[in-house]
Amino acid sequence: MNSDILSMLEEIKPEFDFNDSEDFVMDGLLDSFDIITLISMLEEKYGITIDGLDIVPENFSSLDSIANLVVKSGGKA
Amino acid sequence: MAEELLILLKGTDCNKGAVAMLKTHLLDYFECTINSRSDSIAVRHNDNEISFSELKQQSQKVGSLLMEITGAAVNTPIAVFLPKEINAVIADIGIMYSSNPFMNLDVKTPHERIMNIFDLVKPAAVITSRKFSKILSDVDVPVIIIDEIDWNSIIVDESTLLSRRRLLIDTDPFCLINTSGSTGTPKGVVLNHRSFFDFMAVSNDRFDFDGSEVLGSLSPIVFDIFDFELCMLMCNGSQIVLLDAMLAAFPARLLEKLVDYRVNFIFWVPSIMVNIANMGLLDKIALPDLRLVWFAGEVFPTKQFLVWYDKLPDTVFANLYGPIEITLDCTYYVVEERPNESEPLPIGIPYHNTDVLLLNDENEKCKIGEEGELCVRGTSLAMGYYNNPEKTAAAFTQNPLNNSYPEMIYRTGDMAYMREDGNIMFKGRKDSLIKHMGYRIELGEIEHVIENELKLVEYCCAVYQYEKKEIVLYYQNNSELTEKDFRTALSKVFPAYMIPSVYIKMDELPRNTNGKIDRLTLKNKANNPEE
Repeated sequence: MNSDILSMLEEIKPEFDFNDSEDFVMDGLLDSFDIITLISMLEEKYGITIDGLDIVPENFSSLDSIANLVVKSGGKA
Repeated sequence: MAEELLILLKGTDCNKGAVAMLKTHLLDYFECTINSRSDSIAVRHNDNEISFSELKQQSQKVGSLLMEITGAAVNTPIAVFLPKEINAVIADIGIMYSSNPFMNLDVKTPHERIMNIFDLVKPAAVITSRKFSKILSDVDVPVIIIDEIDWNSIIVDESTLLSRRRLLIDTDPFCLINTSGSTGTPKGVVLNHRSFFDFMAVSNDRFDFDGSEVLGSLSPIVFDIFDFELCMLMCNGSQIVLLDAMLAAFPARLLEKLVDYRVNFIFWVPSIMVNIANMGLLDKIALPDLRLVWFAGEVFPTKQFLVWYDKLPDTVFANLYGPIEITLDCTYYVVEERPNESEPLPIGIPYHNTDVLLLNDENEKCKIGEEGELCVRGTSLAMGYYNNPEKTAAAFTQNPLNNSYPEMIYRTGDMAYMREDGNIMFKGRKDSLIKHMGYRIELGEIEHVIENELKLVEYCCAVYQYEKKEIVLYYQNNSELTEKDFRTALSKVFPAYMIPSVYIKMDELPRNTNGKIDRLTLKNKANNPEE
């Protein structure tokens, strides 16, 4: 799942190296527009609905945390 | 200086009658506010806060320091290159104390764009912080690093600050706001003091502000909404809660902040409110303190607006409209009955002391229902664009309905019509200006920079996809460029919100009969992909 998520991120922001970042949010790689785009990509790909209360910085800081969010929302790898 | 002279110079003795209290500067209001609110909290930001009296003291010190550095200069812009934090508020008010206008800049602006702004405006100084000063290492103006100021060493000479201020008049500049132009350099809109306290006076009248407001401030410091919030603080003694821009990406956290700080008034752009509605968050987080919601800057889709309206029955909602050039907003619509989902919200009626003219192609007044360009008349008009007489002359023109004496109107470029009930309805743009994430963007600027400055492609045309809210770039070039090529080059010259999301290569861009790129066809193509 992580590699699929990485390709989504690279599609949204091809100019950034996400492997280089410890925390996508703190490093400023994702702005509000990007988060919304990513959420709709995740929802479409995994057929899930992400609860608005789960859209918090901790769940978008790394590939692992985004993957956890997808699983928590009912998504399967 | 003798005490009596100080009082005379101040002219702000709040106990005097209304006529005696001629206030010509926002600080005249601020100093009256201080009298009643000295220990109250003026600004909060995460765990930091500052009281009104501390804010005054530190701002006066910044003003004194600026006076020392810039010498006799008054009415000369001073740049502020700071993130949104309490220091930015101190810097802005400090600049007012130095009798100069402030020009807030976004710290995320690429270096080249900052340099273009500095070349055009030539500010007398810039206030920044240690962290951001590196970016300004090659500017040739004095740099003040606000977090390195030795506050105790600065002595404030209040009488000198005051006597300088008394040389100013109410049409002198309060601030400069940069907005996208058609070249790579933004236009600096010059707004005066009078226009701001005029707006405050009519707002206070209509919305009964009394200083009990707690504003949840989400706009970047470069937006005019932030200047309005400053004025609420200075004129009414309202409290500002600074909300980090990052919160816009995480609406649940944002709403929790509103609850924690007991925010009762927000003035936001609709995009974030649309996201909150779509995520269903208003079902999950109650906002009992929120009593007033203003929104402006773009069209709020009625469907999502109704989510807010239905979930918060005790909250007053108002749709405001106005480009930067007329100081904040010139029309407003207070939503007093539930709107029909299929109809857009009106932009409403003109503010008191502002006249809105709808002019058709013949420069005649439109009839009811007839579409025309929305033009504005009144003291709210900007003074023009800084160091840019051509652009100023094009937008600020003689009122065509008045042939008897000079009288300026501002031509907004927005198309609108008046409904039978007197409410004005927004229709769209005459040109290629768009509103995206609350920012005003001249699509021609994106094209100009890509074609002529970066020379990335032969021809291109940028259009807006309204449903997805994204900028689409169509281009014509011998070779195909990757999205990364575009983004990498553009991120060096444009702030993130100006970078297109979609890049489409065409063998040949469509052209109309006189050979110009056919923007309308491309716009339709982007917005109706099945056709």
